[in-house]
Amino acid sequence: MALWKKYLQPSTVEDALVALGVEPDRSAVVAGGTDLLLDLQQGRHSAVNTLVDVTQIPEMTAIQKQDDFLHIGATVPLNEIIRDVRVQKHAQGLTEACGLIGGTQIRNVATLGGNVGHALPAGDGTIALISMRAEAQLASAEGRRWVPIETLFEGPGRPSFDRSREILVAFRVLLSGEGEGSAFKRVMRPQGVAIAILNMGIWLRRGSSGKVEEIQIAVGPAGPQPLRAVKAEAVLRGQSFDSGNIQSAVQQLLQEVTLRTSPHRSTKAYREHILPTLFERTITEAWERAASR
Amino acid sequence: MKFWINGVEKEIDALPGEMLSDLLRTRLGMTGTKIGCGEAECGACTVLIDDAPILSCVYPASRAAGRRIITIEGLAQDGHLHPLQEAFVQYGALQCGFCMPGQIMTAAALLKKNPNPGEMEIRAALKDTLCRCAGYPTIIQAVQAAAKTMSTGQPIPPLGLEESESTNAVGHIQPRPDSLEKVTGAARFADDLQFPGMLVGRVLRAGVPHAILKRLDIQAAIDSAGVVVVLVAEDIPGERNHGLVIRDWPILVGVGEKVRYVGDAVALIAAETPEDAERALSLIEMEFDALPVVVDPVSANEASAEKVHDGGNLLKHIEVRKGDVDTGFEGADISVEGVFNTPPNDHVFLEPECSIAVPSEDGGMEIYVGSQIPYADREQVARSLGLPDEHVRVIGTPIGGGFGGKEDIAGQIHAALLAKACDRPVKILFNRQESLLVHPKRHATQIRIRIGARQDGMLTAVETELFGDTGAYASLGEKVMTRATTHSTGPYNIPHVRADCFAMYTNNPPAGAFRGFGVTQSCFAVESLMDELAHTLAIDPVELRRKNALQVGHVTNTGQLLGESVGLLECIDRVEAELRRFSPEDNPFENKIVSGYPNRRRAWGIAAAFKNTGLGGGAPDKASAEVELYLDGTAQVRTSSADMGQGLLTVLQLIAAEELTLPPDKVRVLLSDTGLTPDGGPTTASRQTYVTGNAVRYASATVIQAVRSTLAERFDVPPATIKFIEGLAHVDGQQIELAEIIEIMKAAGQEPKALYEYWAPETHPLGTGGDMHFAYSFAVQAAEIEVDLNTGEVQVLRVIAANDVGRVINPLGLRGQIEGGVMMGLGNALIEEFIVEGGYVFTDRMARYRIPSIVQAPEIIPIVVEHPTSEGPYGAKGVGEVSSIPTTPAITNAIYNACGIRVRSLPVDQDWLALELAKVGGANHE
Repeated sequence: MALWKKYLQPSTVEDALVALGVEPDRSAVVAGGTDLLLDLQQGRHSAVNTLVDVTQIPEMTAIQKQDDFLHIGATVPLNEIIRDVRVQKHAQGLTEACGLIGGTQIRNVATLGGNVGHALPAGDGTIALISMRAEAQLASAEGRRWVPIETLFEGPGRPSFDRSREILVAFRVLLSGEGEGSAFKRVMRPQGVAIAILNMGIWLRRGSSGKVEEIQIAVGPAGPQPLRAVKAEAVLRGQSFDSGNIQSAVQQLLQEVTLRTSPHRSTKAYREHILPTLFERTITEAWERAASR
Repeated sequence: MKFWINGVEKEIDALPGEMLSDLLRTRLGMTGTKIGCGEAECGACTVLIDDAPILSCVYPASRAAGRRIITIEGLAQDGHLHPLQEAFVQYGALQCGFCMPGQIMTAAALLKKNPNPGEMEIRAALKDTLCRCAGYPTIIQAVQAAAKTMSTGQPIPPLGLEESESTNAVGHIQPRPDSLEKVTGAARFADDLQFPGMLVGRVLRAGVPHAILKRLDIQAAIDSAGVVVVLVAEDIPGERNHGLVIRDWPILVGVGEKVRYVGDAVALIAAETPEDAERALSLIEMEFDALPVVVDPVSANEASAEKVHDGGNLLKHIEVRKGDVDTGFEGADISVEGVFNTPPNDHVFLEPECSIAVPSEDGGMEIYVGSQIPYADREQVARSLGLPDEHVRVIGTPIGGGFGGKEDIAGQIHAALLAKACDRPVKILFNRQESLLVHPKRHATQIRIRIGARQDGMLTAVETELFGDTGAYASLGEKVMTRATTHSTGPYNIPHVRADCFAMYTNNPPAGAFRGFGVTQSCFAVESLMDELAHTLAIDPVELRRKNALQVGHVTNTGQLLGESVGLLECIDRVEAELRRFSPEDNPFENKIVSGYPNRRRAWGIAAAFKNTGLGGGAPDKASAEVELYLDGTAQVRTSSADMGQGLLTVLQLIAAEELTLPPDKVRVLLSDTGLTPDGGPTTASRQTYVTGNAVRYASATVIQAVRSTLAERFDVPPATIKFIEGLAHVDGQQIELAEIIEIMKAAGQEPKALYEYWAPETHPLGTGGDMHFAYSFAVQAAEIEVDLNTGEVQVLRVIAANDVGRVINPLGLRGQIEGGVMMGLGNALIEEFIVEGGYVFTDRMARYRIPSIVQAPEIIPIVVEHPTSEGPYGAKGVGEVSSIPTTPAITNAIYNACGIRVRSLPVDQDWLALELAKVGGANHE
């Protein structure tokens, strides 16, 4: 009847993989646990024999600059990410997204790895990471690989990697350069489950003469997986930042997303209605930030 | 594993599946850490791990290895309270106190990191640490005061609340007598108690809304490991139903009998451990013959509707008649009409229901429970056990919030039946899900209202029609909906009134008492329509209310001549003056663009309300209290009335201190024990300050009278010459201490105590004219809100809240009631919706049923108006409910003023609002 029998706290990724490999179908990797433990408690996740806690593994709990990247361990507590000045500098949208998840107590244990691993189409951390074109490192018995983060999702709650055999070790984003900026915003409602009605992350680089040189847009929930809106990006890429182009991008974005009605959370019509506002507010913020660098 | 708790090293291995909160509470007996939800929503279980606050209910105990844990028990150092604890006590930032460990631990972690936090930082830090009594503004002040003390080393700065000058105790700032226990985690709520051999009780719920129970098989559960007993309906030795007014609620539904809502109980289990009980519960088989489900009160009233009870679906048709509405509408220049809908709401008191039954040696039963009506619990438990009332003793534990939700029976009878069957103590603790499913809610209503007025704004007639959803069982439904109906025309002087209410049974969870008691719903309707009338007539909304406001000499819609204590006009004036302060140049009810945010609009809205004090309607309203003097110079007040956080302990302490001329700290108050305290009546209807307050006042006066006569005789002086000052009797130049007085009295064969049964002034049933209630409280609130025209998001910025309370007894408690009332009203307006679909509850977790958090708290400006009522103690009347009632329409009227959209259905749905705004092309009146 206990939610788990064995609770393991390995200190290396390799040990964690070994622990996971003993009984992969009756084991689960746990980081902060703020989703998984409730899923177990409320019967949304089948019972396990072993929980493999990956919060005590140094490389997974570190934030560090390496080459052209900022590495963020998958189990760094969100509050540490928020406080980290390097993240603020290179991935401000991510700082914002992490700051909006839960309250203080949740953020002291919850992790980006958990947010991404949970594979919700509108995970705030996930959407921010996608807008940063982040990569994720996966470790398995076969070794490690870096993959673009948007390839990690199959459907709502279903990641594309095998959670019983692979571990999300870290994320990395490119260090930000001149004229680059990012922002994250969401619309919530005061009633019901605290999941965004719509959230959005935008990263962009300002070119000379007021042009959008490069842009990445992520939005959720806009389909079964978190969405990178590449077509809307293309509308703006290389174009000047003006209301006409922004409106064109909005129109493209409205076509690119699949918005639905979620009972007791949002109607499809409402999501369609607020998408332009959310886009305008987010891109304006990112644009202004990019200018200040 | 090894870890440190509050500096003490421990070596204990975690159990499989064990959360840190279980380890602390169950195995280490450290019950200061509370469980309010068990689903990482409420923050009550917050402890510090290496100085970082975490939720111990979702923190595997194994993770504590090697860590330093600080719990509420470890915050005070060397016998000195932490400055936060001191500030919370002195500022009255705690009410029921159940959330205090979480609040204080979270705030302590903040101050460690940030010794001088700004208001926004405090709000951000406490975002997920919920307080349902919701003294959020005071909590912010207390945290800031503690921060100041920690940085300067100076004592906590005084709060600066106004105190009474004409009295010694009443009207003075006095921290709750149980403050210390509650800020240190020492307070023992029911679930914190342990008894030798205690079993875990669990209840099997039907899980279907309307059906005949066809088959029930408990054998597998009986055979399951650790199970001591399984009980079904036939095992009940006494009465099979309970109910506060009508006994229509089955204790257990038997085979062949009817299930009327998903929370109906079918079987009871007592087992050795929670796991044993849980396993056994899943082994019981039930089969049902489903019946059509009655889902709302309007369809319940149709002739073709399935009958929930044999007598039909109409619990009560309630009628209010004054004058002749047809004449009234004929005399009107215009009329406005609207239909308004309100959903059911849940109390979400942070302490889930917990009852412990302990068999006593004489064959009786003791029940430990946090209950609003201990004597009603006693009677209902005794009847179900087939025992005389006196064989059951209900011992009140601290109540972690009630708000009306702890008046009906929850687990008391079930625990008693199991304890009787096993002859062992049994605890039934609801988890949050069970709490949400089972206990009565606020009534969902549909209210149609029509107002007729002359061009000058004078009302000529009001007609209302209400449907109230009382759910599966009566609970207090008839009384709630009666209050909704009699208050449905607002606090106005109206010549012609017709109000009809249909309180209907359905297959939804029962509805009963909830702060506001029906008036919350009807005030939303009438005050929304009054605002529409003001707009239609182009009259200032304050002026419209002032013109029609009830005053002394007016007759209410139930035919009651108001002879005194009608402070409504002053409430209106004071709120208006405050509004002018905030908005000196402009009309506060016209919208303004928020600077820097071209798509946001701000505006104020206003609403007025009244609410009866006391049961009224002809119900005998009485309370008994006993007051006794002790040799150590203290006095004790005893009554069964309940303090669920509202501050009754302090109210009674101050009243007794005033009458006995003792310092308040010398007065102890014992509540809620049917073995030791006389019946104070139900803690409901904003009645305790008035009714039990008077009982204590007169009991104290009786004691003093006895002391006076004893001393007069002993010293041979005229009684009138004896003076009492600060607990000393001044007799003929001598000062005599209390201890000596008691000895003198005892020697004369007199006990230094008095029991007083106070009967409130007689009231009359609805429809018979005369005084339906012995007092009314009045309130006016103005709310300033901001609407995002694009997203429909609404934020409340400020609330001015004026309350005519008759007379302030307990300033700290009053402030808490006002702040908490406003926050609950805000939740009612913008957040809370208990969703039932086809009889099934969707909002069965706190994650789905949200309540206001500190980030939603507006600036609250309390205004106290004192129009004394002659019979009330020192002029006091109730405030617990009226402080919450006008908030919702003040907010929704402000929304209309900001963006031109009239809210007719609660809570405000930003989705709907944004789409409505889109239809009219943004703000209506730019």
